[in-house]
Amino acid sequence: MVKSATTAAGPLEAPPTPAPPTAGWVSAGRQLRRIMERREIAIFLVAILLFLYFSISTTAFATYDNFVTLTQFLAPIAAIGAAEAVVLTTGEVDLSSGTAFIFFPFVVYYLWANAGVPLVLAILISLVCAAGFGLINGLLTTLLNLPSFVTTLGTLFALDGVMLVTSNGVQETLSFSGTGGSILGGYSWSEILWALVCVVAIYYWLHHSRFGSHVVATGGNLVGAAEAGVPVRRVKIWCFVMIAVVSAFIGIIDAARITTLDPGNDGTQEMFYAIAAAIIGGTAMTGGRGTIIGAAVGSVVLGILFDGLYIKGINAYYFQLVLGIAILGAMIANVQLRRAAVRRWKSIRR
Amino acid sequence: MSVTEHAGAAPAQSAPADSVLRVEHVSKTFGAVVALRDVNLYVKPGEVLGLVGDNGAGKSTLCKIICGFHQPDSGRILVEGKEVHFRSVQDARRHGIDTVYQDLALVPQLPIYANLYLGREETLGGPLRLLARSRMRRVAEDYLRAIKVQVPSVNADVETLSGGQRQAVAVARATRSQVKVLLLDEPLAAMGARESALIIDLIKDLAAKGQSMIVIDHNYTHLFQLCDRLAILQEGVITFDRLVADTSLHELTEYMVSEYRRQVDTGRVERADGSGRH
Repeated sequence: MVKSATTAAGPLEAPPTPAPPTAGWVSAGRQLRRIMERREIAIFLVAILLFLYFSISTTAFATYDNFVTLTQFLAPIAAIGAAEAVVLTTGEVDLSSGTAFIFFPFVVYYLWANAGVPLVLAILISLVCAAGFGLINGLLTTLLNLPSFVTTLGTLFALDGVMLVTSNGVQETLSFSGTGGSILGGYSWSEILWALVCVVAIYYWLHHSRFGSHVVATGGNLVGAAEAGVPVRRVKIWCFVMIAVVSAFIGIIDAARITTLDPGNDGTQEMFYAIAAAIIGGTAMTGGRGTIIGAAVGSVVLGILFDGLYIKGINAYYFQLVLGIAILGAMIANVQLRRAAVRRWKSIRR
Repeated sequence: MSVTEHAGAAPAQSAPADSVLRVEHVSKTFGAVVALRDVNLYVKPGEVLGLVGDNGAGKSTLCKIICGFHQPDSGRILVEGKEVHFRSVQDARRHGIDTVYQDLALVPQLPIYANLYLGREETLGGPLRLLARSRMRRVAEDYLRAIKVQVPSVNADVETLSGGQRQAVAVARATRSQVKVLLLDEPLAAMGARESALIIDLIKDLAAKGQSMIVIDHNYTHLFQLCDRLAILQEGVITFDRLVADTSLHELTEYMVSEYRRQVDTGRVERADGSGRH
């Protein structure tokens, strides 16, 4: 699982070059400093520490079977978390992403199982509906000048309502068979691989495309970006469309694995985990600063915590309490490590 | 040329035919407040015009009309002799009028080169529109060197820069594309002596290259160093418009003081000791 996270983490993989005993110290130090400067490094260290802790203190953690479980748990958090990191970077937030994650598999079910639409087409239509849902979020937020916290809170409940009405609150079974089913979610590793595809795509979108530059500008200086000719409203709208589609997509993959659709889940837990992953990864809630690698590593931290605490057999009543404190601890450690690194870097520069 | 009389007598007919920008009989009111009254102004090619005025004199309103943010109630604006109607800031920019605002409109979290290209980023082509970073970096480096702006590295985030460096980056962004008239809104505000010197040098360099500019400031000692001509805006009216070579800091100070006295005598401004009240 750490393997998958570091693949997303790209540049972090390169360790500081081992210093030769004499002359190499200076350049190794500089390289280490450059790595320490990266926003994601602290959460990456937290992930490694947690991984080592659970690997040493339990026998069941570092096993193949557990890694499968772990990646399946963190895959949706990674994909939606990366998308939330983009939305947060524009200075907005999407509270309805988890509900989209739960609801749009239902659309596939209605089309494919009830109406007999071919599977691929059913999935495509479902994703187009998700894009429409994101468009509504974006238009409400930008055209009415409402805080996205409010608009997406409203659409969260509305979409949950649509799900309850259309499903009559009844659980459904969505089971794909054959190769298509394996590719979608049947194969043990397919969910994390699809999540990885999402994360890598979003990474390039935010950090290497013209659009990503506009996302940072929109969140960093809304008025200034608009004055410079950045179409700030369109940027925000596209971000809401993107997160809705990503959430729906990974939701369909997740449903294909679990094969059960549960309208009783409103998806808020998934949404909160995703936002938590983005923020503990180093994305600012105030906008202008986002890191996709950080969000991916943040989801790994949440996954390890959740899974590790479960394996350690923490009493069910204490579980949430311990998890909450651990998330707080991870977040504080992230901030403190980062501050220490920056302080040190500044003192060296002087 | 004598100091023109009050009430908008600054002669529009004196605007030379080759003016790159002409503002003719422009008025603007906001509700009951008259912000500008029959304002006439021109900028010749390569000229640096200083626009002075107290707070509330109408400087920013005039600036915002020229840069397309506000539309005038009456009067017209001509760019290179052709009448234009700016509907937006972008519209004005397309006509070659660009502005460096006091807030600079930079994104602190983006590197310098990305800020120079903000809104006009170069891409590698193709549907993904990935950024052509190395090309933008190279061009940004070359351009900043050409206009003698010193920054640690074009990769540095703008938030790590000093106020003067940020101002320089903002000016560089505005001048990077061919701009006919550059408006600088208080480019020296809240800046230390060294930082001011940096910006003054930059403006002088641009002027030497033939860039037409309008520099807005409270402080006319700065403007004396920078400008070819000075215009004073008082209560929405241009009351003084002269070549710097034809006037002196002393004369200008006298003018401002006498104007202030006149306002005190007519009861429009309170004396510092409050005696103007009765």
